[in-house]
Amino acid sequence: MNVETITIIFLAFIVIGSLIAIETPNLLSAVVCLGVVDIGFTILFLLLKAPDIAITQMVVEVVCLIILIRATVNRDKSADTGERKLFGLMTTGAIIIILFMFIMNVVPLFGEFGNPIFTRVENAPSQTYLSKCLEDTGAANAVSAVILDYRGYDTLGEATILFASVIGAIALLRKKPRKKINEPDESDSLSVVKDE
Amino acid sequence: MIYGLCILLFLIGLYAVVTKHNLIKIVIGFIIMENAINLFLIMLGYRMGGKAPIIWQDAAGKADIAAFANSAVDPLPQALVLTSIVISLGVTALMVAICLRVYQRYGTFDISKIRRLKG
Amino acid sequence: MNNSNQINIAEHSEGMSLVVRTIARWVKSFIFIFGLYIVFYGHLTPGGGFAGGVIICCSFILVLLAFGKERAFKRLSLERAGALDSIGALGFLLVAVAGIFFAGTFFVNWLSVPAAGSINSLLRKIGVGEFRLLSAGTIPVNNIWIAIKVCASMYLVFALLAMLRINDDTQEDL
Repeated sequence: MNVETITIIFLAFIVIGSLIAIETPNLLSAVVCLGVVDIGFTILFLLLKAPDIAITQMVVEVVCLIILIRATVNRDKSADTGERKLFGLMTTGAIIIILFMFIMNVVPLFGEFGNPIFTRVENAPSQTYLSKCLEDTGAANAVSAVILDYRGYDTLGEATILFASVIGAIALLRKKPRKKINEPDESDSLSVVKDE
Repeated sequence: MIYGLCILLFLIGLYAVVTKHNLIKIVIGFIIMENAINLFLIMLGYRMGGKAPIIWQDAAGKADIAAFANSAVDPLPQALVLTSIVISLGVTALMVAICLRVYQRYGTFDISKIRRLKG
Repeated sequence: MNNSNQINIAEHSEGMSLVVRTIARWVKSFIFIFGLYIVFYGHLTPGGGFAGGVIICCSFILVLLAFGKERAFKRLSLERAGALDSIGALGFLLVAVAGIFFAGTFFVNWLSVPAAGSINSLLRKIGVGEFRLLSAGTIPVNNIWIAIKVCASMYLVFALLAMLRINDDTQEDL
């Protein structure tokens, strides 16, 4: 079996898993299904010769899973109570199918699987990175060289985004929102809206 | 075929984000979308029979750079996806924090029951 | 909804059961060392600052989940984690800005890469040269800064998420 066949098999497995994760009524089992799907992604990254990404995806997925389980455990786990009307569901399905057809028309532009563009173009950046990375930076890992040397600006922006999102999460999770001392307590306006 | 399955995965995530009522389901759909896009980018750089983009030295301590450059897969999408994965972790944490605050305020994850999102 | 018999992750101060605590006591150092390996050898083998930082963060998360928050905060308190987060970001920026002074360009690899012929065998033995630890200029330094940043920020978010109490009206003091 070549890589393409194995990749298709794993992708089909991932598609089924994600359908289950989305459609199952129990939230906790949905989160567990997401974990299975992410492990499938990890194996695929390993198959497609991306060991850096496989390691990162594995640990990130574990932390993500813990956070999601933390969010769903001890909550009301029954997920979908009020189903959307049939008309809206069919409209959404039709739009998604049309979107799928549009994207599939564009896909041949990317070339066939296993024959990437950078091998056919003269002086592609990736060719330079591969052939010069040991000489320019001394790093044997080309991915590391690209992240921290050739494209350091990307990493700087990434660190900024991570910093901003973490600050946002901390501001949300702080014990009490900051307010002025004499401001009246707003606990009345925070009451739970009952289902009518 | 192989790209089509990847795009199908992305659209499944999009379907969950658009139609589901539960906030955690929306987060799950978002994670699936992110992973599908990452996988698509990695697939674009895959070379049939390629090697991982890491130079190994042989027993003599030498490295064959020319052979490496002719057989390794594309390192550029891998580098970009690597940053994207960590960002997705931060964004997921932010989304879960918002979901938990919404739960604390309204007692439910169901967005159809939350009428007063302006709060 | 408010079922206290179910699993309360990191909400009890005494942590989880004896089995979990015993295994966590054994495993946490190994996870930490593995994370350090991934960070320091990120320019030679698969890995790097991002993956290593999250792995190191996993060891702290394991302590937080297994032993409760008192013991975890004795190792890495929230204030210190916030400071480390900023220090990581600033250090990364500092290495980038130092390129202006040492080599004239922002983000340049200003730690010189030694040429292949100029390294004798003694230097190679202590780790200088191609395929050795001290080979890639600023890349390992940046890996370390990024690992500190990712580890501290993820730990911070996770600790705050784990301490958030929804079902009770009273929230816990940070």
